[in-house]
Amino acid sequence: MMARDRYLAFANSPFGKKLTGAIGLPQPTPLERFAPGRPDLLGPVIVGAAQGGRLAAPLAELLAAAPVATLFHGEYAGWTDIAAQHRLMTGRFDAKSSGTVGSAVFDATGIADPDDLAAIYRFFHDTIRSIARNGRILVLGTPPEDAPNLAGRIAQRALEGIVRSLGKEAQHNIAAQLLYVAPGAEGAANSSLRFFLSPRSAYVSGQVVRIGKPVAQDTDGYDSHAPHAGRTVLVTGAARGIGAAIAEVFARDGAKVICLDVPQSTADLLALAQRIGGERLTLDITAPEAPKTIVEDAMARGGYDVVVHNAGITRDKTIANMTPDAWNIVMNVNLVSALRITEALLDADALKPNGRVVCVSSIAGNAGNLGQTNYAASKAGVIGMVQGFAPVLAARGATINAVAPGFIETQMTNAIPLTIREAGRRMNAMAQGGQPVDVAETISWFADPASVGLNGNVVRVCGQSLIGA
Amino acid sequence: MLTANSLRRVAIIGGCRIPFARANTAYAEASNQDMLTAALQGLVDRHKLHGERLGEVVAGAVLKHSRDFNLTRESVLSTTLDHATPAYDVQQACGTGLEAALLVANKIALGQIEVGIAGGVDTTSDAPIAINERLRKVLMKANRGKTTGQKLAALAAIRPRMLMKPELPRNSEPRTKLSMGEHCELMAKRWNIARAAQDELACASHRNLAATYARGFFTDLMVPFRGLTRDNNLRPDLSMEKLAALKPAFDKHGGTLTAGNSTPLTDGAAVVLLATEDWARAHNLPILAYLRAGETAAVDFVNGDEGLLMAPAYAVPRLLEKLGIMLQDFDFYEIHEAFAAQVLCTLAAWEDAGYARDRLKLDTPPGPIDRTKLNVAGSSLGTGHPFAATGGRILATLAKLLAEKGKGRGLISICAAGGQGVVAVVER
Ligand SMILES: NC(=O)c1ccc[n+]([C@@H]2O[C@H](COP(=O)([O-])OP(=O)(O)OC[C@H]3O[C@@H](n4cnc5c(N)ncnc54)[C@H](O)[C@@H]3O)[C@@H](O)[C@H]2O)c1
Repeated sequence: MMARDRYLAFANSPFGKKLTGAIGLPQPTPLERFAPGRPDLLGPVIVGAAQGGRLAAPLAELLAAAPVATLFHGEYAGWTDIAAQHRLMTGRFDAKSSGTVGSAVFDATGIADPDDLAAIYRFFHDTIRSIARNGRILVLGTPPEDAPNLAGRIAQRALEGIVRSLGKEAQHNIAAQLLYVAPGAEGAANSSLRFFLSPRSAYVSGQVVRIGKPVAQDTDGYDSHAPHAGRTVLVTGAARGIGAAIAEVFARDGAKVICLDVPQSTADLLALAQRIGGERLTLDITAPEAPKTIVEDAMARGGYDVVVHNAGITRDKTIANMTPDAWNIVMNVNLVSALRITEALLDADALKPNGRVVCVSSIAGNAGNLGQTNYAASKAGVIGMVQGFAPVLAARGATINAVAPGFIETQMTNAIPLTIREAGRRMNAMAQGGQPVDVAETISWFADPASVGLNGNVVRVCGQSLIGA
Repeated sequence: MLTANSLRRVAIIGGCRIPFARANTAYAEASNQDMLTAALQGLVDRHKLHGERLGEVVAGAVLKHSRDFNLTRESVLSTTLDHATPAYDVQQACGTGLEAALLVANKIALGQIEVGIAGGVDTTSDAPIAINERLRKVLMKANRGKTTGQKLAALAAIRPRMLMKPELPRNSEPRTKLSMGEHCELMAKRWNIARAAQDELACASHRNLAATYARGFFTDLMVPFRGLTRDNNLRPDLSMEKLAALKPAFDKHGGTLTAGNSTPLTDGAAVVLLATEDWARAHNLPILAYLRAGETAAVDFVNGDEGLLMAPAYAVPRLLEKLGIMLQDFDFYEIHEAFAAQVLCTLAAWEDAGYARDRLKLDTPPGPIDRTKLNVAGSSLGTGHPFAATGGRILATLAKLLAEKGKGRGLISICAAGGQGVVAVVER
């Protein structure tokens, strides 16, 4: 059973809307999420760019395939040629006559000097009010470390401040992200542009993502509507909560999912595996023989394409009151077993070419939390694991990344005392908790065969939570 | 008049329109000037005409506020064209857009100008509402009053009834008081046009338009406007069953015209860019097709026992004779679908030997056309019909169809209020 957000439901009832409006309470509206059959991209899209931008072609390619119409900001008249080349409908943006749009995208990769940043100010100054509820803001930059000189580095780093502020200002469930695309990685940006302009990224906001040198060639015959077709995916902790949603999303997008969980959850696991046409793997990941069993399963299936380390637990106590057991079990489940399993799979060559490892961290891993030294240590350790493994996996043509959920409506968060729970839920730009599917969609994007340039990233799924930001 | 040594070919370079919207929907708050400006700016953007001084811009609207007396010029001043580009308004009912193109084309052919834009716009959502005629007379009299006393005395004649009864623009013929639909219903009866045949034509229009959108044909002929990226009248899933369920709209007893096989009131704007071949070459712009010739006819529908919308049936054979070609010598037929019945009456008339002899004064009727070449990209039943914008929409669509085909000839036929019809031949 999913925990319900009663306030969200109340605030959207006719009476609740009136009352919350009258007394100035937050008025969150449910996030618009992806569902099969619904449009993939939020259009029309307003485009803008600073001189020398590198991402016009990949962006036009994506939008033309959807297809989604575009509007160009007055300073970006060059877009008409790019649109024509890609048979993409476009017209000049005019705040008065263009109507509302689904997204606004600014290609800032060409910004070489802090003075040039005014172009991005003008773009959003003119367009932000035209972005519809549940819309998207996307800024594309050059990783500061790849800028050719000091001025470029400073200007590119400044983008983070702009985007994080836009995320907080835009409201109405509008999400804002910054995508740093390294020179030469433009061709690897497609899956990320698609994700961040789609309803799939509903609860992801204020994030900075780096797209680097592709670890593998983009796979042929790839279908963005069923990106995981023909792939084998292991999900740990799949019986319920976020894990079950991950399994469902992978199955929806074409994968064969191996659902792993402890023996106590056999009934739930069975029902899930049946529902999604997946397989079960019943074991405790902390058991000494677990890595070996998992490797055997992988080898029997010709290897895994994707491994999602989702299983996790909390045993909250302040450090003075915490028992050694509580420390150990949290570290073992959340971090150590994930590390051992990954190592074993790599040693046995059981991760297939263009393979993916995705870990589940937590915003407590960035922020720390009262009573969570063990949990925060494990989740911060997961970030270390992702960063440390990234070059190792890249060398094998694979990637490793992590999601860091904020407040997600599950049994885990339902166990938090009410007042703290209510605060956790509202203290973000969306004024509501996320759903397990929001985490699942983000993991599916990392795991996408086309996400060859994403490696070593940690992306929060937190509605731009104030905590640890 | 003739400033060139010989006539010059008139190239169609491109077109631009905003998606058409059913009245009182997406463009309810947009004015004619907003819409015409958006279409013009789209054309300017696509062809990089910023700061260019063109020979002229000619457009018009059928329903126009008095403040829009200089609609086209005012719209030009809102674009990035050189503001030294002259402009004027024309109005020939639904023929406005195509007639405007013929005017620009003639000046190009004669050497008076090198390049021009033609088009039209209409809104029935932001239509001018005139005050009650008696109230207007009172106000005019008060205005003429020299002293305050005289003014007040005149105003004392105002009665509440005058305020309650404004004069709405009506889609009807001033001389017959019949609406256009009622007139077309009479034509359908005269030519025995079956309901099913009309519904089939409507279905095909929506189906063809949806398919043409799906293959991306319109992407470089349109700009998004007020949240629309395609005509909101389009029903890709329209079926004969759905159409059959509709009640007659103009003749409750035994009528065959319905809301499904007649065009709805629509808002929108469309423009086309015309130029000499030299101008196109100098600006590095490819030519879609050439506007070869045009003809305008009118019929006496008041006393002459002719249908209101039958003028194109006369205009086309006259033009064919001048060009020395047959009705069958075309690859595309673009017959504006004011009503499905209008198209079918015209086609029936061209096949009728008696009509050819008595009315068209022809020994042999123009004959049938290959129906698979008719309105292949959809027409007004699908897109909707913002009166003055229809000509520009059709001209650009046909020019691009010919460009895609590489070589060929297309016919345009547009009926208009007042018993008029404007037709043209486009070639590549
Ligand atoms: N819910 C949130 O708000 C939130 C926030 C941040 C991070 N997370 C993380 O997301 C992940 C999933 O959280 P959830 O909310 O779905 O939790 P949950 O408690 O609902 O589900 C966790 C699943 O993991 C399984 N599991 C636990 N120990 C295991 C073991 N040793 N071996 C195999 N399976 C085991 C459990 O049986 C359960 O099915 C966890 O890693 C959690 O730390 C959740």
